[in-house]
Amino acid sequence: MTTMPPTSSAIPLGPTEDAQPKPHARRSVGKALLSNGATRWGGGVLLILVFMAALAPWLNTIDPTAIDPGSSNLLPWTHGEFTSLSGETQSHLFVLGSDSLGRDIWSRALYGARVSLVVGLAVTALAVAIGLGFGLLAGYFRRIDGVLMRVMDGVMAIPAILFAVSLIALFGGTLPVVVFAIAVPEIPRVARLVRSVVLGVREEPYVEAAIALDTPTWLVLVRHILPNAIAPLIIQATYVCATAILVEAILSFLGVGLPAETATWGNIMAEGRSQFNQYPHNVLAPGLLLALTVLSVNVMGDGLRDVLDPKFNKRKG
Amino acid sequence: MVAFLLRRLAATLPVLCVVALIVFLMTRLSPGDPAAAIVGDNATTENLQRVRSNLGLTQSLPVQFVKWSWKLLHGDLGESFFTKRPVTELIGQRVEPTLALAGLTLVLTVLIAVPLGALAAWRHGGVLDRTLMSFSALGFSIPAFVTGYCLIWLFAMKLQWLPVQGYVRIGEGLLPWLRNLALPATTLSIVYTALIARVTRAAVAEALTEDFIRTARAKGVGEWRVLMRHALASAAVPIITVIGIGVALLIGGVVVTESVFAIPGLGSLTVDAVLSRDFPLIQGITLFFSVIYVLVNLVVDLCYLVADPRIRY
Amino acid sequence: MSIRKIIASLVASMSLVALSVPVYAQEPKILRVVPQADLKILDPIWTTAFVTRNHGYAIYDTLFGIDAQGKVQPQMVGSYSKGTDNKTWTFTLRDGLAFHDGKPVTSADVIQSLRRWGAKDSLGQRLFAALKSIEAKNDKTFVMTFNEPFSLLLEALSKPASVPPFIMPKAVAETPPDQQIGNNVGSGPFIFKTDEYRPGERIVYVKNTKYVPRKEPASGTAGGKVVKVDRMEWVVLNDAQTQANALRNGEVDLIEWVPAEQYLPLKADPAVEFANMVPKGSFALHVNRLVAPFNNPKIAQAAIMALNQEAMLRAQMVSKDLYNTNASFYPTGSPYWTDKTSYFTGKPQFEKARALLKEAGYKNEPIVILYPSNFAVLNKFPPVLAALLKQAGFNVDLQSMDWPTLVARRAVKSPSTQGGWNLFITGWNLPDTVNPLFYAPITGNGEKGWFGWATDDELERLKDQFLKAETEDQRKALAASIQERVYDAGILAPIGEYRQLTAIRKGVVSGIVTSPVGVFWGITKN
Repeated sequence: MTTMPPTSSAIPLGPTEDAQPKPHARRSVGKALLSNGATRWGGGVLLILVFMAALAPWLNTIDPTAIDPGSSNLLPWTHGEFTSLSGETQSHLFVLGSDSLGRDIWSRALYGARVSLVVGLAVTALAVAIGLGFGLLAGYFRRIDGVLMRVMDGVMAIPAILFAVSLIALFGGTLPVVVFAIAVPEIPRVARLVRSVVLGVREEPYVEAAIALDTPTWLVLVRHILPNAIAPLIIQATYVCATAILVEAILSFLGVGLPAETATWGNIMAEGRSQFNQYPHNVLAPGLLLALTVLSVNVMGDGLRDVLDPKFNKRKG
Repeated sequence: MVAFLLRRLAATLPVLCVVALIVFLMTRLSPGDPAAAIVGDNATTENLQRVRSNLGLTQSLPVQFVKWSWKLLHGDLGESFFTKRPVTELIGQRVEPTLALAGLTLVLTVLIAVPLGALAAWRHGGVLDRTLMSFSALGFSIPAFVTGYCLIWLFAMKLQWLPVQGYVRIGEGLLPWLRNLALPATTLSIVYTALIARVTRAAVAEALTEDFIRTARAKGVGEWRVLMRHALASAAVPIITVIGIGVALLIGGVVVTESVFAIPGLGSLTVDAVLSRDFPLIQGITLFFSVIYVLVNLVVDLCYLVADPRIRY
Repeated sequence: MSIRKIIASLVASMSLVALSVPVYAQEPKILRVVPQADLKILDPIWTTAFVTRNHGYAIYDTLFGIDAQGKVQPQMVGSYSKGTDNKTWTFTLRDGLAFHDGKPVTSADVIQSLRRWGAKDSLGQRLFAALKSIEAKNDKTFVMTFNEPFSLLLEALSKPASVPPFIMPKAVAETPPDQQIGNNVGSGPFIFKTDEYRPGERIVYVKNTKYVPRKEPASGTAGGKVVKVDRMEWVVLNDAQTQANALRNGEVDLIEWVPAEQYLPLKADPAVEFANMVPKGSFALHVNRLVAPFNNPKIAQAAIMALNQEAMLRAQMVSKDLYNTNASFYPTGSPYWTDKTSYFTGKPQFEKARALLKEAGYKNEPIVILYPSNFAVLNKFPPVLAALLKQAGFNVDLQSMDWPTLVARRAVKSPSTQGGWNLFITGWNLPDTVNPLFYAPITGNGEKGWFGWATDDELERLKDQFLKAETEDQRKALAASIQERVYDAGILAPIGEYRQLTAIRKGVVSGIVTSPVGVFWGITKN
């Protein structure tokens, strides 16, 4: 029987053979996580970004949608004045400069971080929840397996970006639609992962024993099978999150994501592309923030993988 | 071999059906009148009625699906409601640039990433290894449009070595074709080199720990041969796998790159179609790419046959 | 290698070089133009989009043209005369007019083309309403008989504004005016290459070698339309930076409408210079008076009060060289310009707007603004407009789309929550707005009128009076009343005036003909 190629988007960052042995007690998991360089670095950067996004209103920001054509295209770190359309003026430090409509890029970037993080989290939650459900069902019930996996194959055959843009073109570019549109193509990978875990665990003696003891199916699934899926699921979740943040930015950049006036990193870059040569900061500032965020999530995922489940890459069938 | 091919093709049928179902349902279940979407601005009542009966919108959903699929199998993907030209014609006009870009990127990526990854695995833990790992992590995280713009700024504007935008059909000259594709292909391949180099490195590193490598070395086989012939061959399956995945992801990357470099391929056609809410066109492109993906998977499976004689079907 | 062999190879390579030189010398002259927008609609009667109108001027011809001084000159017409009662006009076509498929242009083609135009264009509608009959005397002569004198006949037949009366083959002109034509055969100086047409990528024209231009020099849309290149390619580039980069690199030769944000860097580049293909223009905000909530003129007025001309122009045009505010929709310095602008000042009046909304009972319905996000010449206005409207108390829904989609969407009469629209902004050229009868959007005849479909009998009455007025003073007074009526009815509001610059490769491209529209004959390329 052909093995379907492992189709996870996970990239192994660290060497697989240097993996630490899987810890058993809970306490040492925590310790192991904290001492692993990758999780420390990735998690740390991510935490800083989350704080900055949460504390945005207090970090020298103004309304990210406020327009002032008189202060357009200021370079980063300019002390200038911002005059709102209702006539009020305030002096302001444009940390990352301003865009062609005079909007403060620093403010837009911080509020945009909120959008990216929210989208990342929402997509991850949705994809993991549904993928978990599908994976458990497919792995446990052989009759559902065939049909469900064919459907998953079908979904995987549609390129994620095309699926997302089609959905958004049809249902509009609101946050729920965007989240759904990005989450759906991620579900098959999660489902496959969980399914392979279930298939591996299903034949274990303790599971057979539980079934023999007439334990209700849902209890078997939750009590015996699910715990084995948690570690790989967490790792896969980080990769889903990284992809989600990137895809949302791509959709906004192409003009087919969230509405143009919402401050998202992709929108800032889309706006700035028409003057890239003279004012590269429009594109580079949010671009680098984006790269940093995606990188930190990816790195954290690899750290998690090293600590929680070094056999991760072999499971993803 | 033929039997395998036929069996594999048969296995793709249910997948294609699912794809068709998903695409069909997406448009039928969306809010708004699909007839209005197709007729668009010419929305007189007579026109709407005509389109509705053409689409069979008055019949039940399963019947509609069968009719739609029937048309599909005859190659009728409908008409772009905007330009009133058949979707197949519009796709046909734009296939070449996308194929060229994707193909060149793939070739570039494999030529660079596989040797790089193998070398890194060979000198495991060394300077090359660490540098490669850091740079590829970065390469995978920086979005393609940022790298694209930076490359344009440096190579096209400042150094003026390469053109800023556009695509020259290969029929108009090999050199111009290459020149126009150089920057876009480089931009895209940075991302995929990152991915493939890593996986190659991991797979080769693993292969190098196998017993047969020790045997080969003991037999006195030169290091180069050990690496190229034995380790790489053993690592072939995961490498081919990730190349296959890379092709699927390439489709997404192509959309962005074509937008940055103004390449008139299927990617920019997609963006165009979405901005103009041209549903028949969006549908057609989605179906087209899905079929391509399925075919690519088929080819990847065939490559397994060649790469690893242990795999039997 | 023997001497003989060396000589032989030298001779061979020199002859190869010699053989290839003539090929280079005969390379066709291709003018590469970046058009102002993608050309998706090919029927210049069906749509008023400027890019389609430019396409129309390339491949079709018109009975009359307007020269650089604004005077009407015959183009396809060889001679014409007016009857003594001022109600009969006889026209004779000049020699040498033929369609691209070889068939000669006849009166039958002209008459049918005018009919189709008359069904769509507002001045054309007036013309045909006043027309008693239009008949062909023979293949080259036709006669128009009016019920009453129609003083603007020549202006109508030469109008470059909104929909010019292009002459098409009879069979093509028989397409109902609410459907697009399917055939691009015309009698103009360029031939459209349908087989090379790739919407979104490239539009190709070749020189019509059989075109017989008039003897006079080209001036505006009049005079001899001599094409000086072999081939013209419109290269569609949607991004302002890409357009500028392509021009500076020599990959294109001409940018029809320079995006304002690239004005200063292009100005600084020694390889680029500017030309004026079209004279100044103006921008206007158009209101949909057919559907809620702007079907209530008070609410429409409130939206107009929110406009801040300086802020919007500054955002879009960037450099003060390129714009000026103007509270009148007549061009500054033109005969009908007036400061009688009712409540409209061009400066924001948020308090008054909010009060008006309350009085009118605005229920916070979302205002759908059509936002051509990738159309560099108009894409900065909508976000500023949205912010201004929010200040005035409106609930705003800014919807992104590309320009061709906007052009299609503004034709939709459904409510804005069902695929329609409430507001959009577009640009006009100077000749469009110089005279209230030329300015297409000021219609009050409901759904038969321009997008926005306002119903205002008073406005229509004033327009009729203007047509029949006898003195210039009467006309000036009526023009002012028309303007005030338009503002009071909340039909549209001007945003200000702009200079539309064309950028060309210095030393390579020359011969730009300034005209009310974009015309491409007369341009030479080295």
